[in-house]
Amino acid sequence: MSTDDHLIYMANQIARNFAASGVEAAIKATADHITAFWDPRMKARLFACQAKGEAGLGDIAAAAVERLQGQPAQ
Amino acid sequence: MAWIGEIDLGTRPTPANDKALVSLIIDGQAIEVPEGTSIMRAAALMGTTIPKLCATDSLDAFGSCRLCLVEIEGRNGYPASCTTPVVPGMVVRTQTEKLKTLRRGVMELYISDHPLDCLTCPANGDCELQDQAGAVGLREVRYGYDGRNHLAVEKDESNPYFDFDPTKCIVCSRCVRACDEIQGTLALTIEDRGFASAVSPSQGQDFLSSECVSCGACVQACPTSALMEKKVVEIGTPDRAVVTTCAYCGVGCTFRAEMRGEELVRMVPWKDGKANHGHSCVKGRFAWGYAQHQDRILNPMIRSSVDEPWQEVSWEEAIAYTASEFKRIQAKYGARSIGGITSSRCTNEETFLVQKLVRQGFGNNNVDTCARVCHSPTGYGLKTTFGTSAGTQDFDSVEQADVIMIIGANPTDGHPVFASRMKQRLRQGAHLIVVDPRRIDIVRTPHVEADFHLQLRPGTNVAVLTAMAHVVVTEKLYDEGYVRARCDWDEFQDWAEFVGQAVHSPEATEALTKVPADLVRDAARLYATGGNAAIYYGLGVTEHSQGSSTVMAIANLAMATGNVGREGVGVNPLRGQNNVQGACDMGSFPHEFSGYRHVSDEATRKMFEQAWGVPLSAEPGLRIPNMLDAATDGEFKGIFIQGEDILQSDPNTTHVAAGLAAMECVVVQDLFLNETANYAHVFLPGSTFLEKDGTFTNAERRIQRVRKVMEPKNGYADWEIVQLVANAMGLGWTYGHPSEIMNEIAALTPTFKRVNYKALDEHGSLQWPVTDAAPAGTPTMHIDAFVRGRGHFVVTDYVPTDEKTGPRFPLLLTTGRILSQYNVGAQTRRTDNVLWHEEDRLEIHPVDAEDRGIRDGDWISLRSRAGETTLRALITSRVAPGVVYTTFHHPDTQANVITTEYSDWATNCPEYKVTAVQVMPSNGPSEWQQSYREQAAHSRRIAGHVAAAE
Repeated sequence: MSTDDHLIYMANQIARNFAASGVEAAIKATADHITAFWDPRMKARLFACQAKGEAGLGDIAAAAVERLQGQPAQ
Repeated sequence: MAWIGEIDLGTRPTPANDKALVSLIIDGQAIEVPEGTSIMRAAALMGTTIPKLCATDSLDAFGSCRLCLVEIEGRNGYPASCTTPVVPGMVVRTQTEKLKTLRRGVMELYISDHPLDCLTCPANGDCELQDQAGAVGLREVRYGYDGRNHLAVEKDESNPYFDFDPTKCIVCSRCVRACDEIQGTLALTIEDRGFASAVSPSQGQDFLSSECVSCGACVQACPTSALMEKKVVEIGTPDRAVVTTCAYCGVGCTFRAEMRGEELVRMVPWKDGKANHGHSCVKGRFAWGYAQHQDRILNPMIRSSVDEPWQEVSWEEAIAYTASEFKRIQAKYGARSIGGITSSRCTNEETFLVQKLVRQGFGNNNVDTCARVCHSPTGYGLKTTFGTSAGTQDFDSVEQADVIMIIGANPTDGHPVFASRMKQRLRQGAHLIVVDPRRIDIVRTPHVEADFHLQLRPGTNVAVLTAMAHVVVTEKLYDEGYVRARCDWDEFQDWAEFVGQAVHSPEATEALTKVPADLVRDAARLYATGGNAAIYYGLGVTEHSQGSSTVMAIANLAMATGNVGREGVGVNPLRGQNNVQGACDMGSFPHEFSGYRHVSDEATRKMFEQAWGVPLSAEPGLRIPNMLDAATDGEFKGIFIQGEDILQSDPNTTHVAAGLAAMECVVVQDLFLNETANYAHVFLPGSTFLEKDGTFTNAERRIQRVRKVMEPKNGYADWEIVQLVANAMGLGWTYGHPSEIMNEIAALTPTFKRVNYKALDEHGSLQWPVTDAAPAGTPTMHIDAFVRGRGHFVVTDYVPTDEKTGPRFPLLLTTGRILSQYNVGAQTRRTDNVLWHEEDRLEIHPVDAEDRGIRDGDWISLRSRAGETTLRALITSRVAPGVVYTTFHHPDTQANVITTEYSDWATNCPEYKVTAVQVMPSNGPSEWQQSYREQAAHSRRIAGHVAAAE
């Protein structure tokens, strides 16, 4: 698994584990989790994958990434 | 045998809840003792030692030696003081002419069948028989020494650590009783009757081939030199002792390191140790020889390429090279291009310094620890649900448990000293539920049998726990009063609605979990209604794709049934390494400072910035697997690894090797040239736990002192080495002793506020939080309220792993450890413990073996999509059909060549416990094994040395 594939896999895995709490709650929880635990380079790389349109992110993970990209950088 | 100066009160104390006091007179002196106390103990408490041989205060009174006789006014005869309890108004005499005559008579009989070789006896005066001969004034033996005796019976020297000399045995049964009452293995018995009575391991076997687990309890209990450590035989008796803490598992046993000069003679479990109460296992008690092993590297070494042999250099040159390389890499690739890994085998102080080096010196948060690969889901799960990343109880709590549920842990192998406590409680009548894919020993062991063994398919923990929760909710077995008072009721209702769905019922999940629904139902009912219910879990919970979910599912179950916040209950992670808890506490994770405070928390960060004088990053750093990914991508170029062998212990070895090989400076600080060092450019020799001061924190949050008993053979304690590196990088640290580091930890970490070495010495140990409100520590957490306020129920959906069996890989591999070996085996493989486990073997069910034409002991190929290795088969029904199991102690096998990159969704803890594999007969090592051996031999060359160090 390449690093990009691994990051996408991780994001989807996080989203799947929050999915049972409902879509909106899962999007928020996924975004919060990535914010709390991912190194900035990992986040930037995931965003880049998303921007290229080849991310393969599920709906919840993709929405979480969009939400994160809309946030101001720390 | 008790250490000189350590008082043996003869019999055990009465239970703490028995507070009534009894007044009596002993030898004319009035004394008050708790009801139920023996006369022997009462006398000892007032300073009068009644002669004894079969009695010792670690065992139940036995009354066989007839030496401790006393006279009691108004009673006929001469009762044994060890088995006679005090009563109000009793008048006792311990020394009369008649008693003296009787005792001398008893001693004459003992001595008439005992070798008179005291001058050459290994006990060398440290012998209770000799003491008692003196105490009773024995001057002659009227029977002579020529009668029938046992003096020609051969010694049993089969055990590598102790001898059994039957000629010295007085058949007092202390060894037999220790094996029963302390260890709980019942490997020893007294065979035959009368004159022929003899101590016998198992069915007349020698010690090594018997069921004996070499815990040493029998050796410690023996009043003569019948059972004696080989090291005492070889070296002689010790003349000083230092109390310190074991560096093996997370139980954290305290020991007396008994010394003669600078030489360690033996490690004897300390009676006052609050984690172990005087018990030990084969590792802590005996397997410390690695500290003096010839493989230890004592000189620093550097090289510019792993293809070159190591060059031994001075400490100054090695440290300067390390600092210059890290600075060069950061100048070229950026501040975030390097990081560090702290060790759960090192002290709190050392761990704190490594993460400080990374945050303050490297200027980033790229620090992680080996807890990443074991209990990181515990940190996440328990912090989310309860508010703190730690177990809820002390070990003593198990004595109040009515139901013990063990999930994904194998305590008799992994945490043997605590397992003995657990077994004693089970023998008293507590119930046992085991959730494990293997039939681990505690499922059925002498006098212990699990009420329920839920032998689930690996990877289905969440499904089983949710099914149990389904039963609790749908049968209304939850504790509504507790939940309403202590937890968020709305969240509970959401959770209850979720687990109550029919799809989560035991019947619906049976096809998935392979656990019969009625077993799940009965186990859930027992857990919820059986009284105090305590959960103990291990890496079989955490090392899964759903590790964090499983921890939270456990917490949900405990909260729903009101089983958190008092003695006898709780959620208890059994930590693997000695200082996993401490390493996590000390801020070793890339997203948090010490005390589990997130790096983005401004107030906390400012406090550290002020203390350390540098700005600190508010963004999390890289975890170990992310560091390796970044390394293979060319973005991560240097790493400082203290006391951790990621090449052997981390999953998907090929990927780990590729990551390390891609770095420009790998610094390894360790005792030995471990597997990771094959890819290192700097080797900084480490010190053992015997050679330094500090503290470890065990699985019950107990902070205990590690005390230096000898000078570091490598020249420096590990904390000093980190300080040298830090100062070479310009940080200006000035610690003169680890106590100063602890003072800094306490100043910066609220849960450690009142921890300091003086307080630790005064209390013996302290369980955090140690605060102004709880200066003596906190044995039980969440008593009146959860740390986070209200307990947080989390919906834990069962998300199956993506690791699937199929035609190519039809079996599921799960991995674990064994009693005699520890983790990657770097220490235990360098001791005689290899006699019990000289190689990793693959456990396979007879049906699966027969399908493949595999016989017991055959070499087999174990293959997954990640890699292939070769090892020998062990055919056993301990594993279910479709499941295979192996240990990861030997680098020749490298079980982690097989494990994959899948990991826990929340923490990236690797999924060691579920790998789809195929097993086939083999007649040689795998291609990987061959190439690895060649690479390892090549990499371990040391310039000027004839042979490699391993």
